Amino acid sequence: MDMIRLSAFDLALAASLIVLLAASNWFTGVGHSRTLVVAAVRCAAQLMLIGLVLEALFANVSLWWAALLSMTMLIIAGFEVMARQQRRFKGMAGYALGTLSMFVSSFSVTFLALTVIVGPDPWYEPRYAIPLLGMVLGNTMTGVALTLDNLTRLAWQQRAVVEARLMLGHDWATAIADIRRDSVRNGLIPIVNAMAAAGVVSLPGMMTGQILAGNPPMEAVKYQILVFFLVTAGTGFGILAAAGIGARRLFDERQRLRLDRLRRAADA
Amino acid sequence: MLEIENLRGAHFGPLTLTLNALECVFVQGVSGAGKTLFLRAVADMDCVSGDVRIAGQCRRDLPPPEWRRRVGLLPAESQWWADTVGMHFGKYGAATIAPLGFGPETLAWQVARLSSGERQRLALARLLSNRPRVLLLDEPTANLDEVNRGRVEAVVVDYLEVNHACALWVSHDVAQATRIAARVIRMADGRLQAPAVMESDR
Repeated sequence: MDMIRLSAFDLALAASLIVLLAASNWFTGVGHSRTLVVAAVRCAAQLMLIGLVLEALFANVSLWWAALLSMTMLIIAGFEVMARQQRRFKGMAGYALGTLSMFVSSFSVTFLALTVIVGPDPWYEPRYAIPLLGMVLGNTMTGVALTLDNLTRLAWQQRAVVEARLMLGHDWATAIADIRRDSVRNGLIPIVNAMAAAGVVSLPGMMTGQILAGNPPMEAVKYQILVFFLVTAGTGFGILAAAGIGARRLFDERQRLRLDRLRRAADA
Repeated sequence: MLEIENLRGAHFGPLTLTLNALECVFVQGVSGAGKTLFLRAVADMDCVSGDVRIAGQCRRDLPPPEWRRRVGLLPAESQWWADTVGMHFGKYGAATIAPLGFGPETLAWQVARLSSGERQRLALARLLSNRPRVLLLDEPTANLDEVNRGRVEAVVVDYLEVNHACALWVSHDVAQATRIAARVIRMADGRLQAPAVMESDR
């Protein structure tokens, strides 16, 4: 059972759909046609590039090359998290907060999966390590970005309530508790929804890929379940860390709400 | 009892002021004179320099929540986060609502359906239920009719007496000041102007 290989012409046909969609948007005046094309081109270029990188990486298995690629992915994810926040922490703290949360959760979850659960030899075998890390990191990024965006935005909007609670003698953690809970919930929604819809509404991409590649569906399903659990754990712990550290950072040592530590994205 | 020494923020000060127990000091001045910022600074809500003590105890030596329970700040606009009134009251219960004209059924009321006057009076009751030693009141009767204004004044005066507390009361109402204030101080451009308290000009 070999996979049907796609030719450049096949991809061009698919790309023409995007062009058609962009043109329709342009003619109907709803806009975003440029955004669509840019995103599509960017996506194709990035994937081509990672394809080349992965082929090179698979050809010479080395912990250092795998680590280098992982770190690059993390650094880019860190910028992506920052870019998605309307109000973010000023300075290095803004970048470090999201990046550190993602690092701690996704890397430990992926490491655990590689060493204890999947067990390839060596454990950093790029064919397993990079795709697993990519899936965990990508979802963690979305979760952490949503959580931090909600945390800072809600704190900004509800600053009068937060301060009123401080004035009544609540400690900082109580004063921000509702906002923190809302932010965590918002960050978890995408992955929880994805798990709820899996198999009944949607067939997850990774599983579909394995099935297309000719693997038995049951094997693909087992991998998909593993990936869902890893992704959920990675996302969840990343969100907890980000919401915890972020909430603390909104207050100073005298437990005053310090919104001056935030800045609007437009000022960047 | 309340000692404020060289309190200085970005838009006011330095301010030095001492309040005795039972004393109710009115703070007057045009909008933007820094009255609200001054009260916030006393409650340790903003980063300021200077010292504030209650009965000799410095605020730096107390955990912030403890300090803010002792220095009860009532902001001009009250805030509510839970659904019913009762959910906003702490460990000492809500006995303070009765003198302000509310029955026990009030605790089950939906906050969203309160009038602005009811919110203002209930916010005062909520603050007093913390049993603060010092009251910082930012226009506590601004939205009230005559009957309820009288109630609030009586409740505050009574509270000071029973608890040996003192109050800083921001108000634009001159008649109210003559009714209940022990002293009136004026603020302009972030400075205190009443000659009796001009210790700040050292």
